[in-house]
Amino acid sequence: MKFGVVRFPGSCDEVDAQLAASRAGGTVLLWHGDRDLQGVDAVIVPGGFSYGDYLRAGAIARFSPVMGSVRRFAHDGGLVLGICNGFQVLCEAGLLPGALLPNVGLRFLCRQVDCTVVNAGTPFTCACGEGDRLSIPVKHTTGRFYAPDEVLEGMEAHGQIVLRYAPGCNPNGSVRDIAGVANPEGNVFGLMPHPEHAVDLLTGSRDGLVVFQSMRDHTGGAVAA
Amino acid sequence: MRARVLVRPKAGILDPQGQAVERALPALGFAGVVNVHVGRLIELDVEDASQLPAMCEKLLANPLIEDYEILEHAAVGADSR
Repeated sequence: MKFGVVRFPGSCDEVDAQLAASRAGGTVLLWHGDRDLQGVDAVIVPGGFSYGDYLRAGAIARFSPVMGSVRRFAHDGGLVLGICNGFQVLCEAGLLPGALLPNVGLRFLCRQVDCTVVNAGTPFTCACGEGDRLSIPVKHTTGRFYAPDEVLEGMEAHGQIVLRYAPGCNPNGSVRDIAGVANPEGNVFGLMPHPEHAVDLLTGSRDGLVVFQSMRDHTGGAVAA
Repeated sequence: MRARVLVRPKAGILDPQGQAVERALPALGFAGVVNVHVGRLIELDVEDASQLPAMCEKLLANPLIEDYEILEHAAVGADSR
């Protein structure tokens, strides 16, 4: 299992993402200006402030050379995980539904939150049980997930709402407490909480590891089949 | 051609920035202000103004969450640089 972690100018969580992914497989950094994905089995678009987040968070990054390759990779069924700014980039790129808006309280939030696994059938959550509670930190200013009601209905029906903030834990005003969503095919997943910052008890929780382990288990299973 | 693009939060989407400004005004003694919304102004010189709508759809605005309005030179007025 080889994870590729994208580095944009302004990324800041790519090192932690590599560290976390290295607990489940090999890792390689993918430079934003390169089109070559180096044969990775999964791509992680990490957190940070890609291209300064000018205009809107993620709006410029989606046009980078590497994102053209990530788009094709995703269309071919490759696993793509977007964390925080990576989630914003994937929404802007149209690889995930919806958009991220400024937090309802207008503040930068940095705290541990509890999330509930709503769909344990995705490649990113298959090592979890449905209803599992994960303690994972959030750190963002623009994390309020929004999609129109008719889009949300379709997402609910197709199991695309993968992670919700636990009752009472919604930090940013996200619609329907949504913390993480997948595309209809299930191979692209974005979330605002940072699983890569929760892989060691040293920092309070290792609940985030399960995301990377799920990706490894899913990929291993696919190879065995 | 000089153009301005006004980008605003779509009606019906919670706009906490607008609300914060709306609450701040009475605190400064300005009464009777409602429906405050905070958006973005983009000024640009373009050779082909017919490309502006596509620019808005693809980059300048996110049509899922924002409405945009294009003001071309005549409407921009004499103060344009």
